[in-house]
Amino acid sequence: MAARRAIRDGYGEALLLLGERDRNVVVLDADLAESTRSGVFAKAFPDRFFNVGIAEQNMVNIAVGLSLCGKTVFASTFAIFASGRCWEQLRNSLAAMRANVKIVASHGGITVGPDGLSHQCVEDIAIVRAIPYFTVIVPCDCLEARRAVLAAAEMRGPVYIRTGRPKTDQITSEETPFLVGRAVRLREGRDVAIVACGLLVGGALEAARALAAEGVEAAVIDMHTIKPIDEEAVVEAARGCGAIVTAEEHSVIGGLGSAVAEVVSRHCPVPVEMVGVRDRFGQSGEPDDLMVRYGLTPGDIRAAARRAAGRKRA
Amino acid sequence: MKGTVAASGADLTDASLQALRARCGAVRRDIVSMIARAGSGHPGGSLSVTDLLATLYFTRLGHRPDNPRWPDRDRVVVSKGHAAPALYAILAECGYFPRAELMTLRRYGSILQGHPDMTRTPGVEASTGSLGQGISIAVGMALAGRLDGRSYRVYAFLGDGELQEGQVWEAAMAGAHYRLDNLCAIIDFNGLQIDGRIQDVMNPEPIPAKWAAFGWAVREIDGHDHRQIVAAYDWAAREKGRPAAVIARTVKGRGVSFMECRADWHGVAPSADEAARALRDLGEG
Repeated sequence: MAARRAIRDGYGEALLLLGERDRNVVVLDADLAESTRSGVFAKAFPDRFFNVGIAEQNMVNIAVGLSLCGKTVFASTFAIFASGRCWEQLRNSLAAMRANVKIVASHGGITVGPDGLSHQCVEDIAIVRAIPYFTVIVPCDCLEARRAVLAAAEMRGPVYIRTGRPKTDQITSEETPFLVGRAVRLREGRDVAIVACGLLVGGALEAARALAAEGVEAAVIDMHTIKPIDEEAVVEAARGCGAIVTAEEHSVIGGLGSAVAEVVSRHCPVPVEMVGVRDRFGQSGEPDDLMVRYGLTPGDIRAAARRAAGRKRA
Repeated sequence: MKGTVAASGADLTDASLQALRARCGAVRRDIVSMIARAGSGHPGGSLSVTDLLATLYFTRLGHRPDNPRWPDRDRVVVSKGHAAPALYAILAECGYFPRAELMTLRRYGSILQGHPDMTRTPGVEASTGSLGQGISIAVGMALAGRLDGRSYRVYAFLGDGELQEGQVWEAAMAGAHYRLDNLCAIIDFNGLQIDGRIQDVMNPEPIPAKWAAFGWAVREIDGHDHRQIVAAYDWAAREKGRPAAVIARTVKGRGVSFMECRADWHGVAPSADEAARALRDLGEG
């Protein structure tokens, strides 16, 4: 297995490629360049990097201004500030003008760890996907993050990419297809489908392996693009397996689970169990311990899969 | 006259000054008629900013109404987006779209939304309406101009009440930090906001000292004196190494006797009778 790397590292790697490839790429950060990994670009292309200081709202609108003059702009800070503090700027300026700005928000979820509630964002997918014209991507490993950033650069218009702080196993490979809006089926199974994003894709695979030992065959789907969601993949999973588990490092209100349920309820109603943060804030703690306490472990996914499969038979 | 910087507006003859005043009068009449027809809108701040905005478009702005995407054009961001009627009347006067469109203001399907929408209106550079954001957008445009080695200038029009938005000062800090001498902020200092006098609601004074403290070159003018306005734009263009802020003393509702200096005319449309009286105040043109 390849070395464990952080999802956010994929951002820095992609920015280096983009910086060499395209003079029009400009990167902004708000005093977190080392943490978000935009600092990699800053060192290589200092004339096209702007650290706007601790002023995230200003950063978003400066990014919009640059984009209106033809720049492809990447702007980074922690997910809580990028989505929460800047929500109205994302809506009224960035999306309203279909600005060619990519928000790459690091430190999504509770695995930020010891920094606690103020820095742990479990609401960003919900609030950003509610904004028209936004594409929302949550990569599951470093490689997928790199490919998501490169793909976003090729798209016109607003994109929100959420990266994470902890190191993860490499789940995807160069051979794994990556298309924005197209889910990746990582594992086949007929009994239940686990649809996951971000950090919990790895957990879903681990859960599926444990379920197989119990005789339950779970499909695992990497739903890296939350919006526009791959409706076809969701419907296929619902029809093929008859029960779905969603798994995300995000609130169960409004995130991947909700997006999947929106599709399922419209096209193919089947039981859906959601693994995610249950309408509560995070708190300080070690990331692995927080995952246990907030019910986001492979064991939690496995239990949800059993529940979903059980409801199917009932 | 792109690229030429006149000496403090001295190129303005008495005749051209008179013509400029007449065009501003026509813009004001359009503003009143549009808002009356729409049945809602913001006459007070549209009339206070008219001379500042119109003088820029009519005398100093480098732009091509027949080619709104011309890369070297100067950029105008109306950060106080509720002055949309003034911007629309001026854009129509410049020929960006037919004047007949003015009477569709705020109607369903109109190219003229209640607040500026660049995706719908030719000539509008940035969608605004939520205060405090336009000035940051202007900072981004000015940075892009420098990165691309283009000589265009960027103008941001702000209200005085808008200065209560914290983001304005984030942008002010950035403009000075990046030494954006291609950026000019114009403050429409009419002293009133929706809920009353700015110093009663939340005092942003001393406004010139604040901009100076943030590192901007500052000039105070009478925002209805066309010669002073032109001179201020020329002064701003000569400023090197820092952005320029023009603090323009204005009268809210300027030109309409019963609207002048009245906060209650911030966001209320005149009735048909009131519009007729307003148009009489503004002269028949």
